[in-house]
Amino acid sequence: MKARVHVMLKNGVLDPQGEAVRHALGAMGFDGVNGVRQGKVIELDLDDGATEADVTRMCEKLLANTVIESYSVEMGA
Amino acid sequence: MKAAVVVFPGSNCDRDLAVAFKAAGADVEMVWHKDSTLPQGIDIVGIPGGFSYGDYLRCGAIAAHSPICKSVAAHADRGGYVLGICNGFQVLTETGLLPGALLRNAGLKYICKTVGLKVETSQSDYTNGYNAGDVIDIPIAHHDGNYFADQTTIQQLHDDDRIAFTYTDNPNGAQDDIAGILSENRRVLGMMPHPERAADAGHGGTDGQALFRALAGALTTA
Repeated sequence: MKARVHVMLKNGVLDPQGEAVRHALGAMGFDGVNGVRQGKVIELDLDDGATEADVTRMCEKLLANTVIESYSVEMGA
Repeated sequence: MKAAVVVFPGSNCDRDLAVAFKAAGADVEMVWHKDSTLPQGIDIVGIPGGFSYGDYLRCGAIAAHSPICKSVAAHADRGGYVLGICNGFQVLTETGLLPGALLRNAGLKYICKTVGLKVETSQSDYTNGYNAGDVIDIPIAHHDGNYFADQTTIQQLHDDDRIAFTYTDNPNGAQDDIAGILSENRRVLGMMPHPERAADAGHGGTDGQALFRALAGALTTA
């Protein structure tokens, strides 16, 4: 089964890469982009029967640094 | 003083750090990341700069879970000394031995130049060769050196006099200009600048020498 983990910098943590993308979009003529936050998506291919709690433990221990990042887990089929 | 320098795949300041320790009088052993134990009788572990595991996932994240890092954490828990420089500082925050995290530089660029560092405290075995308030010239070379911690942690670092060095001209957006911090027991130091690159006249500057000499002084008489 698959699981997908989204990792984002927490609100309040400066995201200079997102800011650079926002500036670039503005310079290209895309108006009205008020903010850009850039994160990452991690796809896991897991044994059947893996639970969201298993993936959450992986996030807490390695996949996210909870000092600066938040994460969400999406369990798939 | 007996020092161990940890080598990860992608470390590139390991030999420079070993040379700086040796120049201060240390016996140095190199330790591979897959080793699960440190050599006997080690006083200080150096975690060098570089790009451990290619900076995959986050700088220092994979290294923090390598076999040797469990021994390094146990060494620190026993009151042992650990010096993490640049990527080593990132590893120490990822292991939780030091608080906070290192974010991408605010200007997004990799910065490689010599910067002014203010010695914030001389109250540690790393910094007692300087006077608080001294400004020293030490090279930086990093892409992710923007120190971040929540306000409570930052306040705690100030209150406990655990900020070792600050930038005189903040190059990377670090909170409160923080360049290096100490652990609660003041025996673990993490810093983004490279004192081992300013430890020999051939480097063009020797302002980093006092750090290694102070350590040797503390750990040789111990």
